[in-house]
Amino acid sequence: MQPVNAFRGKVVPLPTSDVDTDQIIPARFLKTIEKLGLGENLFNDWRYLADGSPNPDFVLNQPRANGGSILLAGDNFGCGSSREHAPWALLGYGFKAVISTSFADIFRNNSLKNGLLPIIVDEDTLQQLFDRAARDDSLEVTIDLRSRTLTLPGGRRVSFPVDSFSRQCLLEGGDQLSYIQQKMDAIVDYEAGSANALDTLA
Amino acid sequence: MTRPRTLYEKVWDSHVVVHEDDAPAVLYIDLHLVHEVTSPQAFQGLRDRGIGVRRPDRTLATMDHSIPTRDQTLPILDPIAAKQVEQLRINCREFGIPLKDVGDESQGIVHVIGPELGLTRPGITVVCGDSHTSTHGAFGALAFGIGTTEVEHVLATQCLLQQKSRTCEVRFSGRPQAGIVAKDLILALIARIGVGGGTGHVLEYTGQAIRSLSMEGRMTVCNMSIEGGARAGIIAPDDTTYEYLADKPTSPRNAEWDASVRRWRTLPTDKGAVYDRTVTIDASELEPMITWGTNPGMGVRVSEPVPEPNGHAGVRKALQYMQLEGGKPLIGQPVDVVFIGSCTNSRITDLREAASLLEGRKVKPGVWMLVVPGSEKVRAQAVAEGLADIFRQAGADWRDAGCSMCIAMNGDQLAGGQYCVSTSNRNFEGRQGKGGRTFLASPLTAAATAIEGKVADPRAYL
Repeated sequence: MQPVNAFRGKVVPLPTSDVDTDQIIPARFLKTIEKLGLGENLFNDWRYLADGSPNPDFVLNQPRANGGSILLAGDNFGCGSSREHAPWALLGYGFKAVISTSFADIFRNNSLKNGLLPIIVDEDTLQQLFDRAARDDSLEVTIDLRSRTLTLPGGRRVSFPVDSFSRQCLLEGGDQLSYIQQKMDAIVDYEAGSANALDTLA
Repeated sequence: MTRPRTLYEKVWDSHVVVHEDDAPAVLYIDLHLVHEVTSPQAFQGLRDRGIGVRRPDRTLATMDHSIPTRDQTLPILDPIAAKQVEQLRINCREFGIPLKDVGDESQGIVHVIGPELGLTRPGITVVCGDSHTSTHGAFGALAFGIGTTEVEHVLATQCLLQQKSRTCEVRFSGRPQAGIVAKDLILALIARIGVGGGTGHVLEYTGQAIRSLSMEGRMTVCNMSIEGGARAGIIAPDDTTYEYLADKPTSPRNAEWDASVRRWRTLPTDKGAVYDRTVTIDASELEPMITWGTNPGMGVRVSEPVPEPNGHAGVRKALQYMQLEGGKPLIGQPVDVVFIGSCTNSRITDLREAASLLEGRKVKPGVWMLVVPGSEKVRAQAVAEGLADIFRQAGADWRDAGCSMCIAMNGDQLAGGQYCVSTSNRNFEGRQGKGGRTFLASPLTAAATAIEGKVADPRAYL
C-alpha cells in the first residue's frame, strides 16, 4: 500500500443516505479474481442506463466529477456486505476519501486497510459541505491524516477520528499482517492453552 | 470476585492473544470459513508473500455464491464465474484446505453447513469473508464478517486485529402469536433501530421469545444482525443448543462432550453485567413483517400502510424505485416471483413452514416460486420428508443448494421491474437482479403470497 498523508481534492457530492455495497459495486461484478479493474463498474446501476449509456443525472457522469477524488455521501455509507470490492472500486475510480457522518463497520475496516480514508464529520459539517457543493462545482477540501484534520474552503478546520494504529499504518504505507506475524510466539502459546479444539480436516 | 461480564465479553476475553497499547487486540480465530467470491485475492496475497495457510485444520471452504442450482454436474456457463469457482479448487489443493465441493454430501451455503457439521460451537470465534457470518452467533459464538485483506490475515496467522465492540441487549419479551416466526422478530428490530442502528455494537438477543426459538430460528435472527449495522449478534447457549449439537458429525464425544457442555454453561451473561444499550421489543404484539423499500430497515407490519414520503428523501427514492404508493398496505400487491432460500431462511424448519401452507394448494399461475435448500443435507432431508414433493406438486421450482437468488450471481435472478417476496436478507436496489424489486418476509408469508399471487397474511392459512 502506498503511504497516505495529506492531499487536497475535488469533492463529488452524492447526497444519499445508507448507500449500500450492492450500489457501490453490484454482486455480478464480484466474479473477478483480481483487485484491479473494478472502478469502471463503480455505482454501475446508478451510473449507466439500461442500454449501457451513461446516466446524465448521476453525478459521476457530470463534468464536475472530472478529477474528483473525495466523495461526499449521506449517513451510514457502505452498509451491507463485507465485499472489499467496494473500496477497491472506489479507489479504482480515483477516490482517495469518502466523507460522511457515519460508515458501516466492515466497510470502514476494509477502507482503512486499502488506503481509502473514511472521514467522519458531524451533521452540520456534512450539510455545510453539501450546501457549498450545490453552489460550487469545483469545491475542494484538504485532508491531513497526520493531524487528523479536514480543512474546509474558507479555512475552517475540523478534526476527524481515526485510530492511531490504522493512522500509523497508513502514514507509513505499512502492512497490518506483519504486526500480527510479529506476535507468532504469543499465538503459539495461546493455541497450546486453548480449550476450543476443532478439526475441519477430520 | 471478578466483574460480571456479558457473553460477548467472555468470548472476547478468552480469545485475546495480545493487546498492546495503541494497537487493536490480536484476536484468535477458532474457525475460518471460506467461499469462492471473497477469497481469491487473499490466496494470491499469500502466494505473493510466499507463505502458506497456518491452520488448514481450522479452515473450511465451500462454493455457494456463483454455483448453479440446477444441473450442478454440468459446467458453469458463465466463464468468469466458472474461473472463480475453479480458482477455489486450485487454492484449496495448493494450500491444503478441506473443500466441500459441489456434489459433496455436505456442500451448501457456508452459514448453513458450518452448524450442520457441528463446527459452529458455543464460545468460539468464527469469521468468513461474508457479512452474514453473524448467523453463527446463534450458538453463543462470536462470529462476524471480514474483508478479503482480513481473510488473508486469518489464513496466514489464524488471528485478526480487532477493536472491542460496544454491547447492546435486544430483549424480545413475551411469546409471539401463531404465524409470527424468527424472521418477523428480526425484521421488527431492524425496522425499529434502522440499518445503521447497531453500528459499532454486538447485539445480544435475550428474552422469552428467543429462548423458545429453535436453533434454526435463532440463526435467522442472528443472520440479519448485520442488516441492523451490527457485525455480530449472539445468543447464550442453552439446552436447545446442546441438543442440536449432540449428534453433529464433528461434535465432541463422550467425556470430551461432557467437559465441553460444562464449559459452555459458564458462557451466558452474568447477573449484574452491564450492556452499553438495551432495546426491548414485546414479541407478543408483533405481526408478520414485510419490507416495502430498498433497505431492510424499511419494514412494516403486513397489515400496516407503507409510509408516505412527507419530505423524506430516502422514503421518496425508495418508493420510486419500488414503484409503490405511500399510505397503502402491501397486502394485495401482485408479485411475479417468490423466493424461499438464502442463509437466512433455507433450513429444514423454514422449508417445513412453507410446505405446511402449500400442502394441497397451488402456486398461483403466472408466479414463479423458487425454493432453494440451504445445503445438500437440507435438500436430502426435505426429499425424505416429502417436502420436495409438496413444493413440486404445488407448482414450485425445487432446486439444488446454493445462495441463488439472494445475491443473483448464478443466473437465478429477477428481471427488471419484477416484484418478489423473498425470504432472503437484502432488499437493496438490484440485489436480486438489476431493476428487480424485493419484499423481505418470512417463509410463511412467502408461501401465502405464492398461493395468492399477491402479498398475503399467512395467518389466514393457519
